[in-house]
Amino acid sequence: MAYIRTLPSRRRLLAGAAAIVTTAAAPVVLRAQSGPLKVGVLLPRSGFEAGIGQDCQRGVELAPAIFKSMGLPELSIMNGDTESNVEAARTRAENLINDGAQLLVGAFDSGQTTAVAQVAEQKGIPLVINIAAAPQITEQGYKFVFRNFPTAAMILGDAFANQKEVFATVGAAPKTVVFMHVNDTFGTAMAKGIGAVMPKFNMPYTIAQEIAYDPAARDLSVEVAKAKASNADALLVVSRLNDAMLLTREMVKQRWTPKAILSMGPGWYEDQYLKTLGKLSDGPLSFVPWYDPNKKLSKVLEAALAKKYPGINLNTNHVFTFEALLVAADAYKRAGSTDPKALADAIRTTNITDNVSIGAGIQFDAKGQNDKVKDGAVQNRGGKLVVLAPQAAADAKPEWPMKPYQDRV
Amino acid sequence: MPFDVFLNVAVAGVLTGLVYGLMALGLSVIFGVVRVVNFAHGEMMTIAMYLAVVLFSSFHLDPLVMLVPIAAVLFAFGYVLQAGLINRFVTRPEHSQFLLLVALGIIIVNTLLIVFGPDARTVQTSYAYDSFQLGPLIVDATKLYAGAAALIVAALLFAFFRFTLIGKAVRACADNYTGALVIGLNVGRLYALTFGLGAACVGAAGTMMTLIIDVTPSVGPTYTLLAFIIVVTGGLGSMPGALIAGVLIGLTEALAGLLFTPSAKSMFAFGILVLVLLFRPQGILGTRRS
Repeated sequence: MAYIRTLPSRRRLLAGAAAIVTTAAAPVVLRAQSGPLKVGVLLPRSGFEAGIGQDCQRGVELAPAIFKSMGLPELSIMNGDTESNVEAARTRAENLINDGAQLLVGAFDSGQTTAVAQVAEQKGIPLVINIAAAPQITEQGYKFVFRNFPTAAMILGDAFANQKEVFATVGAAPKTVVFMHVNDTFGTAMAKGIGAVMPKFNMPYTIAQEIAYDPAARDLSVEVAKAKASNADALLVVSRLNDAMLLTREMVKQRWTPKAILSMGPGWYEDQYLKTLGKLSDGPLSFVPWYDPNKKLSKVLEAALAKKYPGINLNTNHVFTFEALLVAADAYKRAGSTDPKALADAIRTTNITDNVSIGAGIQFDAKGQNDKVKDGAVQNRGGKLVVLAPQAAADAKPEWPMKPYQDRV
Repeated sequence: MPFDVFLNVAVAGVLTGLVYGLMALGLSVIFGVVRVVNFAHGEMMTIAMYLAVVLFSSFHLDPLVMLVPIAAVLFAFGYVLQAGLINRFVTRPEHSQFLLLVALGIIIVNTLLIVFGPDARTVQTSYAYDSFQLGPLIVDATKLYAGAAALIVAALLFAFFRFTLIGKAVRACADNYTGALVIGLNVGRLYALTFGLGAACVGAAGTMMTLIIDVTPSVGPTYTLLAFIIVVTGGLGSMPGALIAGVLIGLTEALAGLLFTPSAKSMFAFGILVLVLLFRPQGILGTRRS
């Protein structure tokens, strides 16, 4: 039998080529048609920042039902624990991307977020920062890193402006403050920023003494003794949650109640602080990125939180983690694809006006920074939180000065 | 800076140092007799702290009242641990002992993390915010109670080793292992008893520490390191040395925080350690070994 070798016909060749092209294009088609967007959420769920990380997680858990009601696409959440540690944050980010995360959200702490941002940029996966204020994160020329949270300089500028608004409302102001801050990435950036920004605001007080302390400190008695000895009128503070509680306890024990506690960081408004300290938690003023209680989506988020977690107050951690996911869902809807570059391009053109935080809405500048977000002045009042400034978002008048701790114990 | 600020800070440092000393005493007792460095020491203290927190939150039992029962639980834990596990490693190379106890420490931390979660827990006793004022001196009530209890527990431990027959037998094991075997002492049991006593010390210290600091599963390793620094500074195996070094470290941390910068407090504790290693390697009250 003769072996006859037949050449493929032109028609058959074309059909084969078409099949190859179709097969090669299949992953792209699948990407565009795949279901929920896989979002890796990196938070400090253990370690010394665990309390705040767990609080941020509440914002994650509230998102799906609200997004559904807003007609936004579904997100598939992949949780990652940074262990309150920079190296662990870097490793978890790499792991999440290797496990298929198409977008990252996180990571609360500036140091950890810096590490995650490096990984995201290197791998070309978009990162939407929920909370992290160190300015340098969005100063690196990154193309895949976006921050819907004010930088340290923005926080400080708004904080000083809001402080002056509060002082004007009560008709009084401290003449001196003692400035205490954690010496981590965020605290140090804030301390440097205060030196640079404060002179521009012509504040009524001067800093009598600056005291830096370890963020993992278990005992702050020496720090408070030093602050008390400064005889300052008020305490200006940049802290975390555990140290905010330690500072309060020590102030009570050392019988020192400053006229005001002016916080420019987390800790003092958080539920664990309010619940653990009870009556002793009343009075501190927090000048922080906050939510506008008068916005429509704020009321929706407040109601959802009250339903899922009764007795928990809506705060920065919930709001900005929720909004980071909102940015992700909105971008996914507009991009219509899980392709990282398409997602990054969509995030770059974000324009969300129906949001929760104070300010005009969510838009990113060329550096990936939302420059529309504003801070508020918040006061602890009977286990609740009221907004004092800016006036457009205020729902209460300030109580001034602080009631002495000794009269509350 | 006014003198009363120095006085207040120094007193607080000494009282905290006494509790540090008691914690380190347990490590020193164990090393002095069993010749094993307990690298799970801080983690064992964390178990005691959680016991105190649970007993307080569930039954409103004051940590100072529960000091003896919790120390007893830790004694039993230490006894069983030594008899069932560590005794097999006593004659093995030091790196095997080190790895065993580090592994034990990691297991304790992760078990506590699974059971209690990562949140900081505390006890809110009726005297949690009390302080005593004596002229310009304001003394934190919880630190005063904890410091006094540390002194009492340490005194009882010294008395046990000095005046009881079992205490003397334990010291005999520490002085001459072979000699103790020759005269018929049950060395394995005495080792277990000693490890139990060391664990009871750290149990008592942990119970008192709940009055001073919040507890999280991750606090253990920090205190293992601190206990080790104190014991090396005081002299490995020296009980009075551990107590003195605890006070010295507590006082140094407090005054360094006041005079320099609080964030560099720990640096001074390590500074003392380096100085001791350089100029008195056997520790403040340790004896040179030939």
